[in-house]
Amino acid sequence: MKNILKSTVALLSVLVAFNSCDTASKSNSGALSSSAAEKVYVAPGEHDEFYAFISGGFSGQLSVYGLPSGRLFKVIPVFSQDAEKAYGYNEETKPMLNTSHGFVPWDDSHHPDISQTNGEIDGRWVFINGNNTPRIAKIDLSTFETTEIIEVPNSAGNHSSSFVTENSEYVVAGTRFSIPIPQKDMPIKDYKGNFKGALSFISIDPEHGHMDIKFQLIMPGFDYDLSHPGRGKSHGWFFFTTYNTEEASTLMEVNASQNDKDFIAAVNWKKIEDYVNNGGGTMMPANYAHNVYNEATHSATSTMKKEVRVVNPLDVPGAVYFLPTPKSPHGCDVDPSGEYIVGNGKLSANLTVHSFTKMLAAIEDNKVAGDAYGIPILNFEDVLAGVVEQPGLGPLHTEFDGKGNAYTTFFISSEVVKWKLGTWEVVDRQPCFYSVGHLMIPGGNSRKPFGKYVVAMNKITKDRYLPTGPEVTQSAQLYDISGDKMELLLDFPTIGEPHYAAGCPADLIKPRSKKLFKLEDNKHPYAALSEADTKVVRDGKTVHVYMTTIRSHFAPDNIEGVKVGDKVYFHVTNLEQDYDVPHGVSMIGANTSELLIMPGQTETFLWEPKQIGVWPFYCTDFCSALHQEMQGYVRVSPTNSNTPLKWSLGEDIE
Amino acid sequence: MFIAVLLPLGLFFFPLWKITLEAPQYPTPLGMYIHINDFSDVHPHDIKNINLMNHYVGMKYIPEAIPEFKIFPIGIIITTVIGLIIAFKGTYKWFLFWFILMVVLSGAGLYDFYLWEHDYGHDLDPKAIMKFTNPDGSVMGFQPPLFGSKDILNFRAHSYPRLGAFFLGLGILGSLAAYLVGKKQNKKIPS
Repeated sequence: MKNILKSTVALLSVLVAFNSCDTASKSNSGALSSSAAEKVYVAPGEHDEFYAFISGGFSGQLSVYGLPSGRLFKVIPVFSQDAEKAYGYNEETKPMLNTSHGFVPWDDSHHPDISQTNGEIDGRWVFINGNNTPRIAKIDLSTFETTEIIEVPNSAGNHSSSFVTENSEYVVAGTRFSIPIPQKDMPIKDYKGNFKGALSFISIDPEHGHMDIKFQLIMPGFDYDLSHPGRGKSHGWFFFTTYNTEEASTLMEVNASQNDKDFIAAVNWKKIEDYVNNGGGTMMPANYAHNVYNEATHSATSTMKKEVRVVNPLDVPGAVYFLPTPKSPHGCDVDPSGEYIVGNGKLSANLTVHSFTKMLAAIEDNKVAGDAYGIPILNFEDVLAGVVEQPGLGPLHTEFDGKGNAYTTFFISSEVVKWKLGTWEVVDRQPCFYSVGHLMIPGGNSRKPFGKYVVAMNKITKDRYLPTGPEVTQSAQLYDISGDKMELLLDFPTIGEPHYAAGCPADLIKPRSKKLFKLEDNKHPYAALSEADTKVVRDGKTVHVYMTTIRSHFAPDNIEGVKVGDKVYFHVTNLEQDYDVPHGVSMIGANTSELLIMPGQTETFLWEPKQIGVWPFYCTDFCSALHQEMQGYVRVSPTNSNTPLKWSLGEDIE
Repeated sequence: MFIAVLLPLGLFFFPLWKITLEAPQYPTPLGMYIHINDFSDVHPHDIKNINLMNHYVGMKYIPEAIPEFKIFPIGIIITTVIGLIIAFKGTYKWFLFWFILMVVLSGAGLYDFYLWEHDYGHDLDPKAIMKFTNPDGSVMGFQPPLFGSKDILNFRAHSYPRLGAFFLGLGILGSLAAYLVGKKQNKKIPS
């Protein structure tokens, strides 16, 4: 009876607590929502303060948002075909999606990272990884177009990528799945000890950003999950979380979760770079695609590379150490000073933070606890800076505001938790709706974060928006972190899946954004730079149409002499030299997408006419007052006919 | 007088006039500088884009060159030479002559500019895509103002002199001032 009484009292007090909480939060949200609305309101015609480049996850793309408004500006096609922009459909960009497996029109894009100079974001390029068929892409932020993709050999599940060192020396790609290196036909059960994980250091040309695999570090067969570069004092090092140090190959959710601690691999890449520059490492036969888009020819070329330099970590003593880190750590984040390395042990109740200084001291004193495949393991206690005790459930990722605070996402308890570096105390927490993955503070992965907002990217949306059937929108949330307490400002829908993001002040990028391509710089081999240069050329069964567009007509717009069975290439140059006057074009029955051609650009689509007749084409982008009149005809004659090849504009062909 | 005579040479370095076209779709207005010997873009490709706009109503393309581009520079050089001779050799009365000469020639130039503008705005292609009429039924012209601002369909056109014209004006006024000063000093000498 006493117990019943006790529990009733307890229950009542809980209910009262909940109720009072409820009313408090309701009245709060009333006052809050008005000020929150003001904080995210960007008046018509005004510009956002920050760019946010939010990856499209399984859409394979990269989206561009403004903060604080959460408005979507552009979806940059990267690893997936995009019919709207003809990316991967037109002849110029098809080579961008070439791989050693042939044309792969999709990937899973995860971790955008902006180039840096002296540890600060410089806004020149964004790099992003394709997870599934391992690739790293470079997006030029003067055109917001994908200008380079390099395939990563000896890799599978390119997940611990694509993070940039503090002077953009390297963009680094690790492998989540270890595999036989080189690939071979072998029993899966023989994984342990035989599979390897490659960590790829891809050099970035400082002038043009061209990527080249400098070396691959061939590591033990763990799963390399995420990574970040050292910065400041730890510049020259790179840190990778690992899981599945059990080296299991089946029922991973159980078998890869057995070890109490996995590792953070600390890689002294400067040391390995020296080793490689002095001829170290071995060239290994490989086969991987390097695809480069040339802005002058408006065309991409794909080159197959046939070898890659690999480095055995045991050949470079002192270059790689393992830092024991509890329970399958996921995110691996380095604070702005470069001192703290946060291992977000996703199955741990605590958050582990390592100290770079202590790590160096432990190495100096040769305090080695053991080794894994010959790679020294340091003592957990020797490298530990501190532990954030019980901050939440399922820590995944941490970012920093540059004011001594860290912000960690918790997937299972669905929240962002703010804690202090050094004292490890939790100072604030805010719920996420729901199940947050990554979070992003503009510049949060650099020496100089812009700690005004944090974006939480959620894995589950459920009831947050108007329902759209079983598949609901993807969602992110914006918090104001300028004060002591975080404040939820905005939910905004995103393209799928908002995996991770990189952000920076708009002023870093806005002034360099191109308005158009200069016609005089157009070196496309099939460009017609004026209407006088337009023509139609037959070469056997191939027909090249050198076509131009300008408001509001095509030149030529009447073509005769095309025959069934021809391959007709429409090379269309947009002669406009005015901001935001693209033209589009599409041909009835063409087995491809439209073209969307920016001023000064040339693009090509292929049409293979299968039926005789007179077939129209038209401008697909509403270009001008006479857009509806922007159309033309191609006469298609039988294969064996003698219709002469002729073309015209403004007069009859005959 | 010497300075006054040299000032119009500024026309070779600075534009004479500027025409600006504003419209909602052009947050950065289209603009054209008129030099003594050239038309030029205010922003890259402006003239090309003005031509593109104007072709809808049947206006001709702004020509690469007009005869005035040859005549005007010669005129300026000749008047400068005359002015220099006057400045060195002439009496103040000749200053007045140069002043009147320059005013007449500049007036003629302005009138010529007006004629060109009128032709440009009224000599429309009979196959023009869009034809507009005035309330009285006559064909609407699209002549930009000679001086000032004016609404033309969706555009607001501004036409104002630029630095080159100010140099010319200052030169002309300078010669008048030189004449007046000369006259005053001349009067003083007998007394």
